[in-house]
Amino acid sequence: MTIALKEIGPRSRAVAAVRRINVAVVVFLAFYLAIGLLQPAYLEPAGVMNFLRRAAPLAILASGQLFVLVSGGFDLSVGSLVTLTVIGGSMLTANDPSKTWWAIGALYGIGLVVGLINGAVVAYLRTPSIIATLGTLLSVNGAAMMWSGGSPRGYLPDNFRMFGRFVFHDVPVIKIFPVAIVVLAAVAGLAWWGLHATVFGRRVFAVGDNARAAQLAGVRVEFVRLCVFAISALSAVTAGVMLGGFGGVSVDVGRGLELQAIAACVVGGVQLMGGRGALVGAVAGALTLTALFTLLTLLGWPQPLKETAQGLILIAAVAFGAWRRRRGG
Amino acid sequence: MSDAEALRLTQVERRGSTAPLMLLVGSVALYVGVALWTGEIKMLETDGLIGLLQRMVALGVVALGQTFAILAGSIDLSVANLISVAAVLASFIMQGRAEMMLPAVAAVLAVSALVGVVNGALISRLQVNPLIATLGVGLILQGLLSASFTDFAGSVPREFQAVAYGAFGVVPYSVAGLFVLAALCALTLATTRFGAHLYALGGNAEGARLAGIRTDLVTIGAHVVCSLMAGVSGLYLASRLRSGAPWVGRDGVYDLESIAVVVIGGTLLAGGRGGIWGTLAGVLLFATLDAAFNMMGVSAYPKLVLRGAIVIAAVAVYTMRTRDPVA
Repeated sequence: MTIALKEIGPRSRAVAAVRRINVAVVVFLAFYLAIGLLQPAYLEPAGVMNFLRRAAPLAILASGQLFVLVSGGFDLSVGSLVTLTVIGGSMLTANDPSKTWWAIGALYGIGLVVGLINGAVVAYLRTPSIIATLGTLLSVNGAAMMWSGGSPRGYLPDNFRMFGRFVFHDVPVIKIFPVAIVVLAAVAGLAWWGLHATVFGRRVFAVGDNARAAQLAGVRVEFVRLCVFAISALSAVTAGVMLGGFGGVSVDVGRGLELQAIAACVVGGVQLMGGRGALVGAVAGALTLTALFTLLTLLGWPQPLKETAQGLILIAAVAFGAWRRRRGG
Repeated sequence: MSDAEALRLTQVERRGSTAPLMLLVGSVALYVGVALWTGEIKMLETDGLIGLLQRMVALGVVALGQTFAILAGSIDLSVANLISVAAVLASFIMQGRAEMMLPAVAAVLAVSALVGVVNGALISRLQVNPLIATLGVGLILQGLLSASFTDFAGSVPREFQAVAYGAFGVVPYSVAGLFVLAALCALTLATTRFGAHLYALGGNAEGARLAGIRTDLVTIGAHVVCSLMAGVSGLYLASRLRSGAPWVGRDGVYDLESIAVVVIGGTLLAGGRGGIWGTLAGVLLFATLDAAFNMMGVSAYPKLVLRGAIVIAAVAVYTMRTRDPVA
């Protein structure tokens, strides 16, 4: 962070204010404008609302992943946890709407256990989080397949699907208002509060910046690690519940989402290996990725090239960040 | 530190590590134990043992390369996608014709080397975090590949299938090839200047740079080796499957599994310590577990669950003794 100690003139203050705007926000707006030029419907309130609804699960995942990244780790298990949530939801409810609330509670319980296992393995067994969460990725995917017998069937009850699917109609000004946006706002607000407005959040940054120093300063590093992985897992269950409302039950709803969530954070300026990042960046990064995918679809690019574009933007974002750090010190 | 000193140090460190030996003994004990317990005595005869070694080839070759990347303090997540590219490219160029074998192999190796240079340059010149750089390159490769091919593309001629199915007497070419490559890699690490620089870079990047080592070139070199190995593994898979499809690498989870076996083999994820034989022992452990699960009749999904738990447990055995904070 560059804090100038010398006198700050109004001009340089304006420059500083501009520099503080997250780059991802600017990139997102540019992408969205391009989308709007290709398909004006996206610029209408209903279009914006629908776009936000589709971006919500990734933004929620990115908000959870942010905690782990800032603390210096990685959580590769979230995609498999999304799959487990959707499959588990269909198995637990068995098409019976009255079981929905109980099922969602149970799924959060499962998610919490997975998160605590990740955290405990990293914190107490000192296994690098890439390996630890890779292990849980394999196990959780296997568990999801076992649970469904390899071929999940049926669909989720309507009140389960509500979170991702339900839309209030005839709302003044914005016309439609999806429940997904309420969930996104609540999760993002909670994550912002947790990371940027609490002592716990400061400790997450401290651990990510220099775990040894944080420990010497009295931070219970192990406990912080346990918490960040639990937070990430709970965000994954939330995203899973929403994605369950988007489409049907399948074994690959969550595939690749962990990488997209990390990519979203990176695009939003979060530094890998910890110590730097902001919730605004994570959410803006998720919106940017979703906008990019939408843009490519509108341009008629074949589906697989989305991956190529994601790879390019990922490398560009990190190379840009590294370049700025080298110049700015 | 002079090259000679660095070399001696790495040799001492390697000799000090008992991990490969323990893994070897453990794998053999597990294999024999399960075979006796389940009464699958024929698995202990020549064919069964050769089968076990053959399970090692595809993962083993990638893991040899991954060892170079990890020793250098880097990591390569693009190998699975590169394997798919190599397999598809090989069978697409060959189209079942024997005379196209050489051009196809040359093209695959050239593409692989290029990918390695790009990976290494992104990491060392543009200072992109290795995870992101190789992940990004992997995504780019996979996207281009899947956009161009949707199914098995072309086929490999009978002559090329010998790579996977031919044998010197009882020893398949592929198994012999794996051990020859492993010996070459071990020799490179132990006796060449590049090998010594690799350990120096992984142990302390800044120190290596101050000692006058061209660390950027060493990183690029490590990634070229890693990518070439992925290319070779792709060629082997094309030969075994008789054709290449754009999902062969990803379905094999070669990116994550190769990292897992390297770390299980005692190579430090942070770089600078470890070696080829540990990696090979890690690959043997994975092959043994696969074989053991098959003998016990464990079905596919519980196998996945156990595999994840074993990855964590195997790595935790090393890491729980360290006192350094990790993330």
